[in-house]
Parts: sequence; C-alpha cells; structure tokens
Amino acid sequence: MSVTTAPMPLLKITDLNAWYGESHVLHGIDLELGEGQLITLLGRNGSGRTTTLRAIMGMVDRRTGSISIRGEEFISKPAHRIAPLGRIGYCPEERGIFASLNVEENLLLPPTVGKDGMSLDEIYEMFPNLKEVRKRMGTLLSGGEQQMLAIARILRTGARLLLLDEITEGLAPVIVKALGDALSRLKKSGYTIILVEQNFRFAAPRADRHYVIEHGKVVDRIEADEVDAKMDRLNHYLSV
Amino acid sequence: MLNLILAQAMLGLNNGVFYAMLSLGLAVIFGLLNVVNFAHGALYMTGAFLALILYSYLGVWIGIEDLHINFWAALIIVPILIGALGILIERTMLRWLYNFDPIYSLLLTFGITLVLQGLFVNFFSASGTPYPGQPESLRGVVDLGFMIFPKYRLFAIGFSIVICLAVWFIIERTRIGAMLRAGTENPDLVKAFGINVPLMVTLTFGFGTGLAGLAGVLAAPIYSVGPLMGADLIIIIFAVVVIGGMGSIMGAVVSGFALGLVEGLTKVFYAPAANTVIFFLMVVVLLVRPAGLFGRQS
Ligand SMILES: Nc1ncnc2c1ncn2[C@@H]1O[C@H](COP(=O)(O)OP(=O)(O)OP(=O)(O)O)[C@@H](O)[C@H]1O
Ligand SMILES: [Mg+2]
Repeated sequence: MSVTTAPMPLLKITDLNAWYGESHVLHGIDLELGEGQLITLLGRNGSGRTTTLRAIMGMVDRRTGSISIRGEEFISKPAHRIAPLGRIGYCPEERGIFASLNVEENLLLPPTVGKDGMSLDEIYEMFPNLKEVRKRMGTLLSGGEQQMLAIARILRTGARLLLLDEITEGLAPVIVKALGDALSRLKKSGYTIILVEQNFRFAAPRADRHYVIEHGKVVDRIEADEVDAKMDRLNHYLSV
Repeated sequence: MLNLILAQAMLGLNNGVFYAMLSLGLAVIFGLLNVVNFAHGALYMTGAFLALILYSYLGVWIGIEDLHINFWAALIIVPILIGALGILIERTMLRWLYNFDPIYSLLLTFGITLVLQGLFVNFFSASGTPYPGQPESLRGVVDLGFMIFPKYRLFAIGFSIVICLAVWFIIERTRIGAMLRAGTENPDLVKAFGINVPLMVTLTFGFGTGLAGLAGVLAAPIYSVGPLMGADLIIIIFAVVVIGGMGSIMGAVVSGFALGLVEGLTKVFYAPAANTVIFFLMVVVLLVRPAGLFGRQS
C-alpha cells in the first residue's frame, strides 16, 4: 500500500518538558517545521521561549519528550553532540560574545557542523561592520556589532537550522533593518529558522507560522495567512 | 653591594622558576574548572620522586642494575605520567564534584595530597634524597661577572621561561587556547557549539598537573627530593596565584618570577622578612586589588 505523506519535518518536537534544577519550566511543547521554513515563538516575558531553544540545545538540567531532527531522536544526546549532528546554530538571547576573544576568534570558535558554511569573506560582505572591528576584543563592540557577530559566527559553521533568540532586542532601528535584510537573505537561501521575537512587526513578514507560548506550553498556532484574521487574538497574547 | 643584590636576585629568580611554573598550572586549572587544586604541590613532589625513581631505583627494582633513565628522558616521561595521573584523578573523582561548592574539590585534592605524601613517607625517607642524575653537560658553574652561578640553575631559569612563554602562546594565540578561554567564560555555550567541554576539562587538568610534574623534574637536581617538598611550596604558590589574580595566566607567570625576585632581594635588605614578604604582599594586594594584579576586577 502506498500513501503520499507530507515530507518529513526537519524538526519535530513532541511533549517537550524541561527543568532548571527543581523548577519545571516547559510543560509539553509541541511544534514542527519543515526544511526552509521560518517559525516564530511568541509569548510574554517568562513564558518559556528561550527555554525551548535551550532545551533543544541540551542547555537545561533535564528534558523529556521527543526532539526529532531529520528523523533522528535527539532527546538523550549529550549537549556537545547536538549542534554537529543536527547541523544547528544557536544564537543566544544574551548574545554570548566571549570577552576574552577578539572578533575573529569569536567568529572562528564554533566548529563546522556541515559543508557549505559561509566563508569569512561572505560573512564580512553580509556584515561589513564586523570586518572593520575584527581585531577588537568581543566586549568592546556595540550592541549591534555583538548581535551581528553572534549571528555571523553560526553562519560560518554550515549550520542549516538556526535558533535565533531576540536578535532585535535593544537595537537601533537602522540595525534592526539590517538584521531584517540579512534574515530575508538567509530564508531565501534555504535556511530553516526558529525566531524568538518580541517585535512582531519584525517577525511577521518573514514567518511561515507562529507559535504562541504561555507558561511553558504552546497555546496557539497561527499560520502566516491567518495572521490578519487573528490579529485580535495575537494582540491579546502579546499584551502585557 | 651591587654584586650582592644581583646575586640574591639570581637566586630569587631561581625560586621564581618554580613559583611561576606551579602557579601557571594552578591558574590554567582554576580558569576552566574553577577547582583550586591543592594537590598541585604533591604532584610536583611526585614528579621529583619519579625522576629519582627512574634514575636510581627502577633498574634495581626490575633487576637491571645499570639502568638509569636519565634527566632528559625524565623531563619527557614524568610530565606525561603525572598528566595521566591528573587525568585519572579528574575522571574518577573530581568530575563528580563540579556541581557542588568548590570547597568540596579543594577538600578532595587536599586529601589526595595527604595520600601522596603518606605514600612517599612510607616508602622513602621523610628527610629527602639527593637526585644524582643531573646531566653531565649541566654540571659546573658559569661566571656571570657579579657571581659564580651553577650552570644547571641557569638552565632551569631559561627552560622555565621558554615553557611559560609557550603555554602563554598556546592559550592566548591559538585556536585551542581560544576554546579554553571561551570555555572558561561560558562552558554551556561552548558545548552548544559542539565542542566537547568535558573532554577539554579532563585534558586541561592533565595538562596543568603535567606542568607540576615537569617542575618537579626540574627541581630534583636543585632541592633534595623529599615527601614534603611540595607542602612547603604550595602555600607560597597560593599566595602567588592570589597576587597575580586567580585564573590569570599572565598574572601567574609574572608574579611567580617577580615574587621570587622580591623574596631574594628581601634577603639582602632584611633577611628575617624573606619568608614572610610574599604573604605580606598578598595581604596588601587583597586589600587594594582583591581580584589580583592581573585579575579582571568585577
Ligand atoms: N536558569 C534558570 N533557572 C531557573 N529558572 C529559570 C532559569 N532561566 C529561566 N527560568 C525561568 O523559566 C521561565 C521561562 O523563562 P524563559 O527565559 O524561557 O522565558 P522567555 O519566554 O524567553 O522570556 P524572556 O526572554 O522575555 O524573559 C521563567 O519563569 C524564568 O523565570
Ligand atoms: Mg527569552
């Protein structure tokens, strides 16, 4: 018997639970995304969006459920095997630029996880600011430069699945626009992206689907073409 | 008078060799593992004993009386053995304590110190044995103009400067060093990038203890090899590390040599204070710059 099935999602998360020490933060997250898609995780402060990304990367104290990437189960893999096996690049909310490394060392730190990562030249072409400061120590950068560096550093590795946490937070509009352009280019060249974002207007035009997270659970799932119809609901979720 | 000062400076520098090499290893370990390795002095002592054993005892034990594994071979073999011992300690014991207060790993390494000392007191004389394997080529003295200085000690100073520079270079200028520095700052993120941090931690501990073993071999021809030679030193080393700044590579090396010098010079001006001057400086530094001279003040 042959059935035509939807293509296997690149990432499928089922009933993901996560803990920091004794504190139980994720209570059964379900989400999925296909190759080349961009989804956003929306929600109020403290709802568990960062923790969802950290749980995928193995950066929580305990996690249960299922995280399947290209059909392979990742839930019990040790943290340092996850990025290479899943070809994942993680850009943390606090950016994680290393103060004792200069810009170029920061860029070159993450090991490659796949072929056809961007070369340094391509990266400097996408983020020209970084080239000028490449010998500067990590913490002497402006917020915008740090953010670009945090993204650039995972593009070099050949990662195809990008987890980006609040990349526009606290940045000037002109930099937000530059990041938006970079994001569109990445999407066009086939990267799969999970975006945690407060700035809905930044996220909306590029997203295929939105997940709304509350208290460590997905409470709603809104496809890009339903956004207009469900604007009231979205506003309600995101209002403080 | 000037000659006396220069002469004491050279002797001070000679002690500085061991302050620098030992505090360097401690700093490398503390940086990544956040562990104060109290056993560092005992591993240094074990290194000196291994050099002695390789030269004087091993042949007798295995029935080949003429076998004397020489100084140069010991300089390579012993650090590897002590590094391996460090790796064993990290894998089987230290590893389980990272999630607890650092005081536990300090206590563990203190216990290891007592065990190692006890072992050597039991099997060797507590008073110390001279190391007869000093290489022929380094015997004798050189005339430095202001003093007659043993050739071997000059070699020890030069050798340890080279080692310290090499370690500094590896940590500050190479990719491995960049991983180490990043791991010191944020091990979770480094892991998330796909770097095997637990392995890095093990190897770093092995590397740091290997340096202690190397210092032990270097010390064997100068000081007599005894079970307590590390215990005398480790307290000074802690003071050096505190003055330099916990975890600072540069701080460990510079203050190691500098404090050896200061100690030597104090002998010229007020000899009774020579043994306490380092601790006096430690108190001053702690009061004025609590993170140490080279530490990042937070
Ligand atoms: N290291 C931690 N230890 C214990 N609890 C934590 C830790 N980090 C986060 N939490 C808690 O987990 C919950 C989810 O936090 P998370 O950082 O995932 O939220 P978020 O949705 O990313 O929100 P935001 O980034 O806007 O603060 C919050 O209640 C937070 O207090
Ligand atoms: Mg967050």
